[in-house]
Amino acid sequence: MRTLFGYSDQISARPGDTINFKISSLNGKPYQADIVRLICGDDSPGGPGFKETPVPTAIAGEYAGREQPIYDGSYVTVPHTGAFDNIFSFTLQAFIWPTTPDKGRQALLGIWCADDENGFELFIDDHGSTALCLGDGRGTVDILRAETPMIAREWYFVAAAFDADSGEMRLYQEPLNPGPGIGTEMAVQRSASVAPSQRGATVFLMAAHNVDLDGSVIGGHYNGKIDRPRLANKSLSRAEMEAAKSATIPDALRSHMVGWWNFSRDISGTCATDISPNRLHGEIVNLPTRGMRGHNWTGREHSWRHAPEEYGAIHFHDDDLYDAGWQTDFSLTIPESMASGVYCARLRGAGDEERIPFFVRPPAGKITADAVLLISTATYMAYANMQWSMNTIFAEPKGGGITVLGRDDVFLQENPGYGLSLYDKHSDQTGVCYTSRLRPIFNMRPKTGVWSFNADTHVTDWLEKIGQGFDVVTDEDIHQEGLAAIEPYRVVITGAHPEYWTTPMWDAMVAYQGQGGRLMYLGGNGFYWRIAYHDALPGVLELRRAEGGMRYQTTEPGEYHQSFNGELGGLWRRLGAPPNTLVGAGTVGTGFDSASYYRRTEDSHDPRATFIFEGVGDDEMIGDFGSLLGGAAGVELDGANRKLGTPPHALVVARSEGHSQLYFLCPEETPFHHPVMSGAENPRVRADLLFYETPAGGGVFTTGSISWCASLAHDDYENNVARITGNVLQRFLDPEPL
Amino acid sequence: MIEIDPTRRDLVAAFWENPKGPHSPELQQLVNKLRFEPSMRDKYVVVCTKPYEEWTLAQLPGQRGKPIRMHTDQVFSNLNDAERAIFKLRWEAHTGQTLD
Ligand SMILES: [Fe+2]
Repeated sequence: MRTLFGYSDQISARPGDTINFKISSLNGKPYQADIVRLICGDDSPGGPGFKETPVPTAIAGEYAGREQPIYDGSYVTVPHTGAFDNIFSFTLQAFIWPTTPDKGRQALLGIWCADDENGFELFIDDHGSTALCLGDGRGTVDILRAETPMIAREWYFVAAAFDADSGEMRLYQEPLNPGPGIGTEMAVQRSASVAPSQRGATVFLMAAHNVDLDGSVIGGHYNGKIDRPRLANKSLSRAEMEAAKSATIPDALRSHMVGWWNFSRDISGTCATDISPNRLHGEIVNLPTRGMRGHNWTGREHSWRHAPEEYGAIHFHDDDLYDAGWQTDFSLTIPESMASGVYCARLRGAGDEERIPFFVRPPAGKITADAVLLISTATYMAYANMQWSMNTIFAEPKGGGITVLGRDDVFLQENPGYGLSLYDKHSDQTGVCYTSRLRPIFNMRPKTGVWSFNADTHVTDWLEKIGQGFDVVTDEDIHQEGLAAIEPYRVVITGAHPEYWTTPMWDAMVAYQGQGGRLMYLGGNGFYWRIAYHDALPGVLELRRAEGGMRYQTTEPGEYHQSFNGELGGLWRRLGAPPNTLVGAGTVGTGFDSASYYRRTEDSHDPRATFIFEGVGDDEMIGDFGSLLGGAAGVELDGANRKLGTPPHALVVARSEGHSQLYFLCPEETPFHHPVMSGAENPRVRADLLFYETPAGGGVFTTGSISWCASLAHDDYENNVARITGNVLQRFLDPEPL
Repeated sequence: MIEIDPTRRDLVAAFWENPKGPHSPELQQLVNKLRFEPSMRDKYVVVCTKPYEEWTLAQLPGQRGKPIRMHTDQVFSNLNDAERAIFKLRWEAHTGQTLD
């Protein structure tokens, strides 16, 4: 059982910068904290061994533990305003597209507190039908129900009205596509037995309601879309409700409208825009998905930028999470003496052990080595708290082995709320589009499997072992600073899986190569998906798994454009910029059951490649060993392809072979189905080891395999994978043009 | 759809010999059939209960937030034994025949 864990507000810092650590001790017990430099996080038998070095800092010491709660579920909250104080009669209405109408009570719109049952709320009831409740906060509640369950993933117009003078309450539930199987319009009305009471400091919520009196706990989360929510301070007639469906406020309704929210405004922003004269802009909490098809989507445009009026829906999920918002327990100001590298805040005590990684860059304006290791923070975030294997029926057949869970998996399964990864589906089975690092990330840790963050510590371990100085730079740094973040370095070395790239990151890497930079891509499945960071919200990225590519969840048609910046999302290959143009190879296949080895090709004897194979025999099997599935060619494989932009002069100096029948071509490699798909039969399922020169004396070295780095340490670092990698690094560090 | 042939104890023996594969095409088909289940509910997995040393048989609840059911009487010191144990449970459920 995990009892001690946390996160930091920053993960990349320079000397002088401050990182705030936010810790939860579930049992409230104290713990010891200190800082360690992490050399190798792989503690598995047969691996290089776990290695860390304590670094004295001012934060070392004992801290009182406290539990910090986490609240997931997205919603919109409109802060208290005088406009809410004098609502006696009212109308609530919206278009909705519920995805789990059978989940149980879910709030849609209202001013409602579940604790004292006070206020009014339009909601979905326990039977999946729309309902209106009124409560006086003194024990009397009246609920009017449409008495007809809604169908998931169908659009409905829903509305509720209450007339304080007559005491009449009315409710409407109208499918936009009525007919067989879906049902027809429901309208119900009667006299209410109670009137909602007036209460100070009320907030108006969408997709959730207050659970406790002080508003600190939110519940009743709704799954699905809401479009064009409205609040009026009058019991509107059905005809007036019809008028209130429009995009702009008719003059006749203007004086009655308290809020007229238009979610198609400022889709990349952080608030829900109210275009009524009250300007009651809502705060959007926990990142529900925006830029989503509205009730009126026609399909004529597939980008929300081209037809924003058809993208007025926000999709809420009860398991969305952005910022856990925990209090800071200790703060580390990076000392000038702290060398660039990978570090962790190490917490011990309270029945647990936790290491929260962060990355220290050299002082601003300086470099302290000629080589820089690219820390793939976007990849780490993409996989954050991944629960795929526990929720995917094809996970075990794909893996070719029983599902093996660790204690973090068990904790996440039994304690939902810590947010999902970009590989997971929400509870309503729609794909996750956003992932944040402002929460504990249980798999971005040393002593986890050889994957993502922990796999990259094989590179730090090897660099330390050979005495090669290096700086580190993260994906976020390259995104923010562009070429400047890597320009001064002679060599950029990637980890095992630099998969996720924003456009500015991509452009920076193109520019780096254009000015003679050398790139060692030591992984597989790299430069694969386009993503976006948010301009205003730190620590979060977006992915749309648009058509093509290995998608463990998929994005719906018409929703392929990133809400953060309007760009078309998906595979870089599908966007016309295949990874082959950047590193000579792109993903061709995957398999998780085993790994294999490479053999040298004719090209490896080209004089241009001589330096690579110094000390390696002509017929050696390359990498038939390693601590990730026992081979250097494994998991996800990249191959050269001239048609996809592999430079014509690229040398494929080695090629993997012998892949299993559980390796398969990736979907974008095969435009139709045929039986020649597996690594045992299809010759394209293999990794290519590539080298080529770039303009201005630069070069690219590509391994095309995720498991390459996990072979570096084999036989005490004396092996042909380490030799080849070392030969290339030495040559790339040499300023002599390639 | 390919159905499991309960008389093919030769395939069972081959799996026993080498649970991790590579398997013959026929055995792979059998293994795929056993690994693929239409629901995650009650699916057999193992939970690592001592890092790199001990694994315990367990069943998934098929729903987030629900506890994983641990079978603390079935503990393995290596993953091949765990593979065999889960294979046996599934084979018996499919064929109604006991494996010894
Ligand atoms: Fe990946």
